[in-house]
Amino acid sequence: MFEQFKSRTEGVGSELHRFRTRGEALNFISTFLQDEGTMNAPGSYAVWVPGRFLTGIDTARLSAKIPGLSFSVNRETAADSLIGISDMDWALADTGSLVADQTAVEQRLASTLPAIHIAIIGTDRILADKAAVFTKITPATSRYIAFITGPSRTADIERVLTIGVHGPKRLVIVLVDAMEGVAP
Amino acid sequence: MKSDFKDSIEKAVNNANLTGALGKFSEAYKVNRARAYEGIDFEALRTVIAERKGYAATHLDQMAADFTRNAEAAGARVFCTSDPEKVKEYILKVARDNNVRTVVKSKSMATEEIHLNSYLEKAGISVGETDLGEWIIQLAGQTPSHMVMPAIHMTKEEVSELFSKEIDQRLTTDIPQLVEVARRELRSKFLAADMGISGGNLAVAETGSIVLVTNEGNARMVTTLPKIHIALVGIEKFVEKFSDIVPILDALPRSATAQLLTSYVSIITGPSPNTDGSTKELHIILMDNRRSEMAHDPKFRQALQCIRCGSCLNVCPVFRLVGGHVFGKIYTGGIGTILTAWFDELKKSEEIQGLCIQCGNCKEICPGKIDIPELILEIRRRLVEKEGLPILQKAIYSVVNNRRLFHGMLRAASIAGRPFSSGKFLRHLPLFLADLTDGRSLPAIAAEPFRDRFQKIKQPKCSEKAAFYAGCLIDFAYPEMGEALVKILNRAGIEVVFPEEQTCCGAPARYSGAYEVAARNAADNINALLSEEVQYVISACPTCTVALVHEFSSTFQSLGQTEWLPRAQELAGKTVDFSTLVKKLVDEGRLTLKEGQQLGRITYHDSCHLKRTLQVAAEPRQLLSRAGYELAEMFECDMCCGMGGSYSIKLPEISAPILQRKLQNIKNSGAQTVAMDCPGCVMQIRGGMDQDGAAISVRHSVELLAEQLENPRG
Repeated sequence: MFEQFKSRTEGVGSELHRFRTRGEALNFISTFLQDEGTMNAPGSYAVWVPGRFLTGIDTARLSAKIPGLSFSVNRETAADSLIGISDMDWALADTGSLVADQTAVEQRLASTLPAIHIAIIGTDRILADKAAVFTKITPATSRYIAFITGPSRTADIERVLTIGVHGPKRLVIVLVDAMEGVAP
Repeated sequence: MKSDFKDSIEKAVNNANLTGALGKFSEAYKVNRARAYEGIDFEALRTVIAERKGYAATHLDQMAADFTRNAEAAGARVFCTSDPEKVKEYILKVARDNNVRTVVKSKSMATEEIHLNSYLEKAGISVGETDLGEWIIQLAGQTPSHMVMPAIHMTKEEVSELFSKEIDQRLTTDIPQLVEVARRELRSKFLAADMGISGGNLAVAETGSIVLVTNEGNARMVTTLPKIHIALVGIEKFVEKFSDIVPILDALPRSATAQLLTSYVSIITGPSPNTDGSTKELHIILMDNRRSEMAHDPKFRQALQCIRCGSCLNVCPVFRLVGGHVFGKIYTGGIGTILTAWFDELKKSEEIQGLCIQCGNCKEICPGKIDIPELILEIRRRLVEKEGLPILQKAIYSVVNNRRLFHGMLRAASIAGRPFSSGKFLRHLPLFLADLTDGRSLPAIAAEPFRDRFQKIKQPKCSEKAAFYAGCLIDFAYPEMGEALVKILNRAGIEVVFPEEQTCCGAPARYSGAYEVAARNAADNINALLSEEVQYVISACPTCTVALVHEFSSTFQSLGQTEWLPRAQELAGKTVDFSTLVKKLVDEGRLTLKEGQQLGRITYHDSCHLKRTLQVAAEPRQLLSRAGYELAEMFECDMCCGMGGSYSIKLPEISAPILQRKLQNIKNSGAQTVAMDCPGCVMQIRGGMDQDGAAISVRHSVELLAEQLENPRG
């Protein structure tokens, strides 16, 4: 299923990176934030919504290492961020989609407003298709269920596909094999 | 048809930007859609969708009650109304109560249906469309020309001009740069807005959820950033179960934009937290506006199965020429015609319904399994019932309904027309066929109709008999096709009888909404064709075949003349089209084609009724290949040629460019011959090729196959 997910999600313009451990994934994200010019200035912040991936990770040390990275996500910080980072709950092999309960507004802010969205998910969360995920999600507990498939796109001017109209211009998927492993 | 409507057609077909953009899109769409549906059983999928949406449409009260209860339990406020005015008043009240000054909207056809924007603007509230295409047309002060791609009629130059004015800065025509401008401009509007208004692609009764399907991400902003969210949902968007979302999400993006899934799908159930920690005020308005009335109409109920993908627009040969500003009001194209007739009023659809050429492309791809061409005919029928036929048409049909007079006039035409004809083509036909256009020569009315020539054919005595239903074109314009058919059937040991009392199949009347006329034609033909004991009734005109097989019954049913149904069905059971019968005879070894012929390249044009109603496409190709032709498929082989019976007379400005496209595709195939199974298509394409001057012969399969019969043994 991984191969299908990879080919489908790359087919819609996502960037996919797979790591064995959270440590490797964290190294990648840190380097990515620095390479993209994250800094303590409006327009260049990064916001990270605490979730499954960050469990046990010392976020204070991370913020100190990367100026401009904040774990407190609100309307203002998200709007001024270049990068937003959040966990997703499920991935769908047949359409290359990510699915998450985004009832918490921070989840939506971080994955909507910044130009780059880094979406983190465990390899074990890849499901075959929509039919499979509809047995896992329920509106009884999730008020805002979000499916994200690639970056924001439009073809409204002369049918020319253009990436990044309102939502993120880049969707970077970080896939982690051992999500439950020891915190790095 | 009024002259300002004709003017709007003229303007659209001569707008190179529009026809270029729509034409290119429709060509790419067909290929991309097929790719998107790879590995999916479309028939099975749309059967599920039709059943699920159909269930909701027949249980609207229950859906509304369940939805309201469940959405309110989740914390939403639900307002149901049948009146568009009440919708607007409600929204304005919520806005006033909350001191709302600015509104951001994501795409919603329902709000356009009730002209919400201008209402709110008049009340002093600023309304910003945020879907890029909708924003463009809002800035341009226009209406959408396509349900999914509202600004498809505009060029990047025009967009650049609009944006430059809006931000007071000279912009280039670089599309990514223009999109970036939209991102920047609209971002500040999202963040400042007091209220968000969305539509809803689906409303789930059992959970009270609404589903939003978008690509740009604007709906996520509209439903997240402002503290108030109002979703306006037409009650045709109901589905019963949460799991019903799945099949619709399988089809909607594939059919709309040939995507496996759109970038974003949001399922919203009750209010979620705002960015300041408060809880969002979520209002869901369920709007009826004649939808439940539609649900109670046995014919039109199925239109509520529409999922608003717009694919009926994308495959329509007429829509791609004229676009949505001509073909529709708010809702455009095939389904738009139907929705306009209901949500607006029947009268408003009077002109646009006439744009449908009845090719059946849309019916074949509709994920809601809606018989759009049939419903448009029903609109036509009701309009005629209400308003009567135009005088000219009335005169024509009074003639067509009188077989002797009609045939007499056709005979007279063959003599009157003679001085004007050049070779096999006639420049100006007399009488009611006189109003024909340039771009196509018309056949001379034969000096001797088939019915007279038939008397002189010597047939062998055979044990099996078939009645030949010629139809007007073969009888009076192409009798040689009839002779070829007799020759072929005789060789297979079938004797042909020609019941003299047969008359027009009624298709022209039916397609004009004159069902009473069509019913009388049907009755005359049933009496004629069932008068003699025969094995088959064979026709070499697919439009006639469809009339005999399907439409006689449906016309009687529409008029409640059920006493005719058993005999109509008896006739339908015996009726077969030419290629299907001949293929069967060849397969059974009763008919042999010459062996080892090398007849050169041929291309085959699929006639609308043969391919899509009778589902016959392989048979004629196999027969022609077997006869020794090398088949070279043309691009869009099954796209309508623009004939459409009297369509080419009523709307020559549309028929002509459709024909030109067909001629070009035929020429590009490199074939020396183009074959087809319909004398109407022969009339259109042969006439076009004659004026074009290309050395390509245009033939009915019956003529080509009659030339390749193996001589009888012994």
